[in-house]
Amino acid sequence: MALPNLMLIAVFTYRPLVANIQYSILDWTLGAETARVVGLANYIEFFTSDDASRVLGTTLAFTVFTVGLSMALGLLVALALNTKVRGTTFARSAVFAPFVLSGVGVGLVWMFIFDPGYGALAWILRAGGLASPQWFNDPQLALSMVVIVYVWKNLGYCAVVYLAGLQSLPGDVMEAAALDGAGGIRRFWSISLPLLSPTTFFLLITTILSSLQAFDLIRIMTPLGNGTSTLIYEAYLQAFGAYNRAGYSAAISVILFVILLVVTVVQIRFVEKKVHYS
Amino acid sequence: MSAPTPMAVVDMESQAPDAHPPPHPRALSKANLARTLAGGYVPLVLATLMVFLPLAWMVLSSLKTPSEIVTTELKILPEQFYADNYVQATTTVPFGQFFLNSAIVTFVGSGVKVLLAILTAYALVFVRFPFKKAIFVLVLVALMVPPQVSILPNFILVAGMGGKNTLWGIILPGLGTAFGTFLLRQHFLTLPGSLLEAAELDGAGHWRRLWQIVAPVSLPSIATVALVTIVNEWNDYIWPLIITDRPDTMTLPVGLTLLQNSEGNTGSGWGILMAGAVLVIIPVLVVFAMLQRYIVAGLTQGSVAN
Repeated sequence: MALPNLMLIAVFTYRPLVANIQYSILDWTLGAETARVVGLANYIEFFTSDDASRVLGTTLAFTVFTVGLSMALGLLVALALNTKVRGTTFARSAVFAPFVLSGVGVGLVWMFIFDPGYGALAWILRAGGLASPQWFNDPQLALSMVVIVYVWKNLGYCAVVYLAGLQSLPGDVMEAAALDGAGGIRRFWSISLPLLSPTTFFLLITTILSSLQAFDLIRIMTPLGNGTSTLIYEAYLQAFGAYNRAGYSAAISVILFVILLVVTVVQIRFVEKKVHYS
Repeated sequence: MSAPTPMAVVDMESQAPDAHPPPHPRALSKANLARTLAGGYVPLVLATLMVFLPLAWMVLSSLKTPSEIVTTELKILPEQFYADNYVQATTTVPFGQFFLNSAIVTFVGSGVKVLLAILTAYALVFVRFPFKKAIFVLVLVALMVPPQVSILPNFILVAGMGGKNTLWGIILPGLGTAFGTFLLRQHFLTLPGSLLEAAELDGAGHWRRLWQIVAPVSLPSIATVALVTIVNEWNDYIWPLIITDRPDTMTLPVGLTLLQNSEGNTGSGWGILMAGAVLVIIPVLVVFAMLQRYIVAGLTQGSVAN
C-alpha cells in the first residue's frame, strides 16, 4: 500500500542526495557523454575562488534580511490582528494571501512597480523630488529589491503563526500583569515575547529553511543573478545557465544540503531538549 | 512555498480567537472609540492595503493602453478598459496551451499525490508490517529535503528516460509525498480504535475499512492536503522550467517567463505582462478566497506549540 509512495520518495528525494555527491567529484559538462573524475577539485575551486565569498555572502545577506524582516514585521502584523474588532478574520486571510500566490506572477508585478522609468515607486519618488534608483543594475539594490518582495510574499505566514501563538497565551497571566499595572508595551516585552519563544524558534528555523530554497523571485526579477546569486541560484546557473557545469553545480548543491542539514539537526536537538509539546 | 517542518500538529482553527477576552470591559466612550480606531482598525487596514495595493495595481495596469503605461505622469485608473493586453498576452505565446498544461499537471499530479498520501498514511497507522517506525522516519526526513537540491540528478534521470518536454516528465518526480503522508498520518492517529473494530469483526479487509470508514470521516484533513497540494502544483516553477524548453509542454509560470522574454524589454510590454500575471494569480486567489480556512490551516500546520 505504501510501496509506490516510498519508492517515489527513494528515487526522487533520496537518490539525488547520493547522486549529487557522485557528480560533485566530476568535471562534467551537462549533456556530454564523458566526464573526468577530479576528486575534490570542484569544492576546492568554490572555496578558493571569489565564488565562496560572493555566493556565501549573498546567501547570508539574503537569509538574514528575509528572515529578520519577515519575522519582525510578521509579529507586528500579528499584534495588529490580535484584537477583537470586526474584520480581523478577513485581514488575517488577506495578509496570508501572497504566500500562496505564484512567485513568477508576484515577481512580475513587483518588477513593474520597481521599474525606474514607468514604475509606481519611481513616480512616488519623483513626486518627492527624488530620482528612482537603478534597482536592476546595481547588485546591492537588486538584492534589496528581491528581499523586499520576498518579505512581502512571506510575512503573512509569520503573522498567522505568531497570531496563533499570541492567542494561545494564558489569559490569566496577562490579566494579572494588567492588574499589577503593567502597560501594554511592558506586558509585550516581559510576558508575551518570552512566552512566544517556542513560536519564534519554530519560525526562525522554517523561515531560514525556506529562504535558503528561494528561487522563483530571484529567477524572475534578476535572471542573471547579478547581486542575487544565492547557493541555490548559483547551483542552478552553473548547471542550467550558460556554463552547463554539472559537476560544479552538484558540489554547490552538496554544500547547500549540508547547511540545510545543520539547521535541521539544530532544530531537532533543540526541540527535544527545550520545547515541550503535548 | 515549502511545506513546514513538523513539530506538533494542532488544528489552527480549533483555537477559538475569542478564548481570551480583553482584561478590561469596554465602554462606548469617545476615548475608547478613538483608541479602538487607532489601536484596532488603522493597523488592520494598513496591513490589508499593503497586500491589496500591489495586486490592485496589477489588475489596473493590465487594463491600460501602452501610452497610459509609458508615461511619467501616474494615472491610477485606466481611461477605458483596454482588453488588448489580454489578447496580446494570450496570442504572443500559446497561453491556452500553458493553461491546459498547468491544469493537467495540477489535476493529475495532485490527484495521484493525495491518493498516495492516503494509502501510505493508512498503512503507517493501521497495517502491521516490519520496519514501520524506520519507514516513517524516512518519510519524515524526506519532508526536510528541499526539492531544489535534487533538480540536477532528477533532470539527468528524467531526461534520460525521455521525459524532457513531456507532461509526465513534469509530473513524475514530484509524485512522492512526504507532506501529505505526514499530515494524514497525524490525523489518522487521532481516530478512535473503536471506529474500526466493528468493521474488523465484520471481516472487512483493509481496502474496505479505508474507503468506507477512515477516508469518509477524514474528509476535512484530506481536503486540506488536497488544496495545499493543488496550490503548490499550480505554482511550481523550478522543475517545469528545467524539464521543458518547448512551448507545447510549458506550464503557466514557465510560459509567463517566455512572455517576459518577449515583452520584458519594452516599457509598453508591462501591460501585457500584467495581464499574464493576472491570469496566473487570479485563479489561485479565487480558490484561496473560497477555501482559505483549509489552506491556511494546512500550510501552518505543525506551527503551534502547546
